[in-house]
Amino acid sequence: MDALDALAGACADVRPAEPEEGVLGVAPRYVAAPATVEEASALLRAAAGHGLAMVARGGETRLDWGPPPTRCDLLVDTRRLDRIVEHAAGDLVATAEAGVPLDDLNAALGAHGQRLALDGPPGSTVGGTVAAGAAGPLRLRYGTPRDLVIGLTIVRADGTVARSGGKVVKNVAGYDLGRLFAGSFGTLGLIVSATFRLHPLPPARAFVSQTYGSAAEAYDAVHAVLHSQADAAAIECATAPGAGHRVDVLLEGVAEALPARSDRVASLIGGTVAEQAPDGWGAYPDGSALIETSVPPASLKDLLTGPHAATAALTWSASGHGWAALPAGTPPERVAEVLAALRSIGGAVVRFAPEDVRAAVDVWGPVPALALMRRVKDQFDPEHRLSPGRFAGGI
Amino acid sequence: MSTSLDRLAARCAALLGPDAVIGDPVRLRTYECDGLTTHRAAPGLVVLPESADQVAAVVRACAAEGVPYVARGSGTGLSGGALPRTDGVLIVTSRMRRILEIDIPNQRAVVEPGVINLDVSKAVRPHGYYFAPDPSSQQICSVGGNVAENSGGAHCLKYGFTAHHVTACEVVTPDGEIVKLGEGPGYDLLGVFVGAEGTLGITTKITVRLTRVPETVRTLLAAFDSIESGGTAVSAIIGAGVVPAAIEMMDALAIEAAEAAVGCGYPAGAGAVLIVELDGPDGEVAHQFDQVERLCRDAGAFEVRVAADDAERALIWTGRKSAFAAVGRISPAYLVQDGVIPRTALPGVLARIDALSAASGVRVANVFHAGDGNLHPLVLFDDAEEGAAERAEEVSGAILDLCVEHGGSITGEHGVGVDKARYMPRMFTAEDLDTMQMVRCGFDPTGLCNPGKVFPTPRLCGEVPGVRKGPHPLVAEGKAELF
Repeated sequence: MDALDALAGACADVRPAEPEEGVLGVAPRYVAAPATVEEASALLRAAAGHGLAMVARGGETRLDWGPPPTRCDLLVDTRRLDRIVEHAAGDLVATAEAGVPLDDLNAALGAHGQRLALDGPPGSTVGGTVAAGAAGPLRLRYGTPRDLVIGLTIVRADGTVARSGGKVVKNVAGYDLGRLFAGSFGTLGLIVSATFRLHPLPPARAFVSQTYGSAAEAYDAVHAVLHSQADAAAIECATAPGAGHRVDVLLEGVAEALPARSDRVASLIGGTVAEQAPDGWGAYPDGSALIETSVPPASLKDLLTGPHAATAALTWSASGHGWAALPAGTPPERVAEVLAALRSIGGAVVRFAPEDVRAAVDVWGPVPALALMRRVKDQFDPEHRLSPGRFAGGI
Repeated sequence: MSTSLDRLAARCAALLGPDAVIGDPVRLRTYECDGLTTHRAAPGLVVLPESADQVAAVVRACAAEGVPYVARGSGTGLSGGALPRTDGVLIVTSRMRRILEIDIPNQRAVVEPGVINLDVSKAVRPHGYYFAPDPSSQQICSVGGNVAENSGGAHCLKYGFTAHHVTACEVVTPDGEIVKLGEGPGYDLLGVFVGAEGTLGITTKITVRLTRVPETVRTLLAAFDSIESGGTAVSAIIGAGVVPAAIEMMDALAIEAAEAAVGCGYPAGAGAVLIVELDGPDGEVAHQFDQVERLCRDAGAFEVRVAADDAERALIWTGRKSAFAAVGRISPAYLVQDGVIPRTALPGVLARIDALSAASGVRVANVFHAGDGNLHPLVLFDDAEEGAAERAEEVSGAILDLCVEHGGSITGEHGVGVDKARYMPRMFTAEDLDTMQMVRCGFDPTGLCNPGKVFPTPRLCGEVPGVRKGPHPLVAEGKAELF
């Protein structure tokens, strides 16, 4: 039996790939869209039988992140895994299949006054968000997928379905594969559904904002709020070459208390209060190359004033996580300088960049414990068929 | 001909100095169990390293001899996770007690694994910070142990577990390599290491997140006629969108025990008491606290006491914190169970526990972290009575089955250890367990690092039900509180 027949025997929705469906130029031969966990399992078993390398595709918001796969025979589209399996409102948990758009999930949860506190850019699926470990400004208070996934169902490279965690928040039975798979970019298995801890939607929110002329003032404002008892849900700082240093603080809570809370923060940082999110809230900075940074709060001044700042548009969360974007046409050697400058004060990983840039720079930077990561990868995917080459250290 | 343990003893004495190696059988008995005293095994050898290099050297020496090893912090675990091997080495971290760095601007501290949980909070309290995970043993348990067990505490409802408060660990891998987890790109190996119960390596340095002390803390005690109306109040509070720092509940039998032990003076005639604590900014807490008080009364609370100050707050907590040990006042022996159910299943599951209790004649006192559905049923029995321990163990196991049946977990915070490895197949399929063990194979292919824990193995000989007589020794010495 040829590979297409085998895949078609396992999954009802299999077809040859269109030329434009390449992953960073690597064209798959087939596209399959399983609609159930069972179908996904059968599909991966069939793919294993034919030694096919695969990449998972959700909302395509981050499919261009990382290096291109070294091989890609099969694109597994998760969009038909689209059920919100359960929302146990009284327990503040929900289970959704991988292909459910995060916005749809949050719309459904919002009808019950709840949310999944992951506020990445729109368009992402549940599976993609977990696989990318993606989170927006709310990460300061609520963390990232690793902190909010309480149960995960995956399909292993050989088609075996496995589950870890469960549907209760408090649970220490067994290894927490949810945390291992969060941010693993499809290299350990196919995420087919996830159970999340939810939070109540805050009745009210307010933004306190100010733009400062100097990095020192922005630093002082951020640290004033961070070390206060204001209980900010998010503290963001942004700047761009030639622009000021903008600080935005998000406060959430009961409407009765919020005006007084936001006034206090406003006087603390000399800011103004608004109900609406400021422009660009939670968005990646603009550019043709995007770098994910980790810079701790004490090094914020260095982030805002370092040699990279002449080229890069920056956003940063007081959680210590941020983004740097470089304009189109930035030469590879300048990108390398930016990366070196960022790595001297923290971490920097190139998420996307033009091909010539990506080929010329060290995309990942130092990867501690790489040998151990390779051994874990070899256990889960001994034939290196899952998004090969797309992850840290060439995994 | 020398045994491998003899050779290891000599090697470790050379590496660590003779005073850091214990081979005397009498002294070894000190280490024969952790907080779960029914599983006992004197270690073959105890070593007391002072540095990561020494831990790594010991691990390499064990690997070279093919001898298993187990790490131990303060030994307060309640599932036998630090149960030694008679044929192995116990690596005790009690000489690694330095707080290496306090970095307030970055809200971090770096500590050695033997540092006591509460000492972290004490060290950073002058700066207005604390370390949020607050397991009941926090006066004596070690941060390294917290990492192994992913410890929670009464306040994890709002603040999460150790996994949410540890940002990096230096780890000695089963290869004897020293690696840093939690920094840089790649897999979140830290995320799986925390809570792996010491089966993936030994942490030698821990970077913890520090949490700002809240502006206000407010606590109330509400008394209800029945556990059902208490449960109604909990549902109403969660349903109103309030996330309390803690919601704790005790039933009549647990209250009776606490009164007998510490005279906590809870309202007379209560079928259940609820302790609710809120923290955060003044205005936010003030508003929600009024709401919580109202919801408790609406649900049928016949008395609500609000703590006016820290002393009154401590008084409210006294009964709850003493509950485990207090049960010793009303029963010669008891088992402490730790299971989790979806919170909304609470009334149904409690009714089933009542039915189990009635059918078997085994009394069960209920104490629980009601906000997150974490039950701690205390199964009472008289160990002088023939077959009573077995009946109690049966009821205790049936309660875990109820938890699994309702979509919950066999452990919310005590861990699997040796105690519950046999229950794992009730919650997970063979494929699930196989997949988890792939991680272990990546870290520890030879299986020398804390073997026999977490995953089901053939039952050890001489295993008996987890009986605890009277208060835990640490509680009796005033070194720990259980709740």
